[in-house]
Amino acid sequence: MEIRLDAVGHRYDAVEVLRDISLTIPAGKITCIIGPSGCGKSTLLRFIGGLEQPTLGNVFQVGEQPDGCLNALTYIFQDFALLPWRTVAGNISLVLEDHGLPKDRIDSVITDVLARTNLSDFANALPKQLSGGMKQRVAIARALAVNPAVLLMDEPLSALDSQTRDLLMEDLVSLWSRTPFTAVYVTHNLQEAVRLGHQIVVLSRRPGRIHEVVTIDAPLDQRRTADPDLQQKHDHLWHLMRDEARAADAELVHGA
Amino acid sequence: MALETSAHDNDTPARPVPYRGGGFRPRHKRGVGLIVFAILIAIAELGTRQGWISALTLPKPSDVFWTLVEFWQSGRLTQNLFPSLTRLVVGAFLGTLAGIGTGLMIGLFSAARAGFVPLVAAIFPIPKIALLPLFVIWFGIDEGSKYALIAFGTFTPTVVATYGAVDNVDRTLIRMGQSFGLSWMSIVRKIVLPGAMPGILSGLRISLAIAIILLVAAEMLGAEYGIGAYILQAGSLYDLDRLFAGVVILSLLGVVVSFGVGKLETRLLRWRV
Repeated sequence: MEIRLDAVGHRYDAVEVLRDISLTIPAGKITCIIGPSGCGKSTLLRFIGGLEQPTLGNVFQVGEQPDGCLNALTYIFQDFALLPWRTVAGNISLVLEDHGLPKDRIDSVITDVLARTNLSDFANALPKQLSGGMKQRVAIARALAVNPAVLLMDEPLSALDSQTRDLLMEDLVSLWSRTPFTAVYVTHNLQEAVRLGHQIVVLSRRPGRIHEVVTIDAPLDQRRTADPDLQQKHDHLWHLMRDEARAADAELVHGA
Repeated sequence: MALETSAHDNDTPARPVPYRGGGFRPRHKRGVGLIVFAILIAIAELGTRQGWISALTLPKPSDVFWTLVEFWQSGRLTQNLFPSLTRLVVGAFLGTLAGIGTGLMIGLFSAARAGFVPLVAAIFPIPKIALLPLFVIWFGIDEGSKYALIAFGTFTPTVVATYGAVDNVDRTLIRMGQSFGLSWMSIVRKIVLPGAMPGILSGLRISLAIAIILLVAAEMLGAEYGIGAYILQAGSLYDLDRLFAGVVILSLLGVVVSFGVGKLETRLLRWRV
């Protein structure tokens, strides 16, 4: 399934947050959205998943959702959003319970996604017992359980330390390599965008507009940090972002 | 290397860094509470035996104890305790149930909030005992008025605790529920209610203590049997032994209720960090 944004704009009272965003999220690819803080990238993601409505323009889902899809547009949140009173298995079961599936079907889905995210040994652990990286793995498993058409990831690795972040990026790459999925990945981290994005959308500072769309053709599982081509893309993106980020920073300081 | 040489440098005096941390962290001290009780009772016993506490001021603790034993053996303890417990359980159950329901409504619907919050604020400070004559007319002189009094007294604190707790439920969890297409009912049952449980239970502690106070007040105003009636009777005869025996029973009841809520908390809130 594809997502198409058509001239999306948004304002909170007097503040214009986004202006004239037209964009296609292609199926089976990961689209990264980067931009300086406060440029409205998370807001854009909330529009795509229907958690918020833009004041201008439309968001369309194009094409049929895959078979057995329980929740076409599925989020992975920065702060994991796990229910602390449910175990790992219980948190995944939560999103399956409302669909009237038989008990053994739910159990087999849980077993399957826990195996795919290497969490099988932690099925009965409570979130408080898990590290941040493990919590985000649970959130990824929960998202996979509903067999989504599009994964919407809102800075999923920003709350983690850099080693854990690298490990989870590898996990995401191997998950995608086994079964390619459509994803929108919002981040302010250039390394993540270069490592995971097939298409990288650079937003300008507020009001966020599309500054440039960069595509990276190298297959995800062959991207190495030392790769000169990737380094060049990274430098190019940094060049695009740098002035915007500085201006955005100064804006906050002056309260304009 | 540089560090090592400077440490051995005898010209500059070296002092250990003084420790400034620690404290401000309550620790579990076993048995201290019991010792405080024991010392106070021992002082009272000694004073009443030696005469520097007159018998009019305080009864002898040992006499109170024997009164309690006699109370138990004669079967009058059960006779008085059973109606009290029934009133407490029925009244508190009705009050907290209605309170949690109303609190949830206020927490979930803006219209209910706008309508009920001022009403609750108006009801909360009314001394419920003052309304007892009215309750007697409304609910009958028998058990009905006592249930109503206790229920009414526990209702308001439960409402306030519950809607405060619902307000404090992590909104990102609710957004998560919506983003996975959970039904409204599922979100309330599986996210809002468990999320509000810590606040509801700490409200329960307060409202159950209020329930015990109101129980005694209701029984003092008109009941044949009950701990409150027993205390009132002892008081009007200035029988200090029996009066204190009744008070001891109430204290124990409070301790038991608080212990029960504590057990409930550890059971239901195991997930808390």
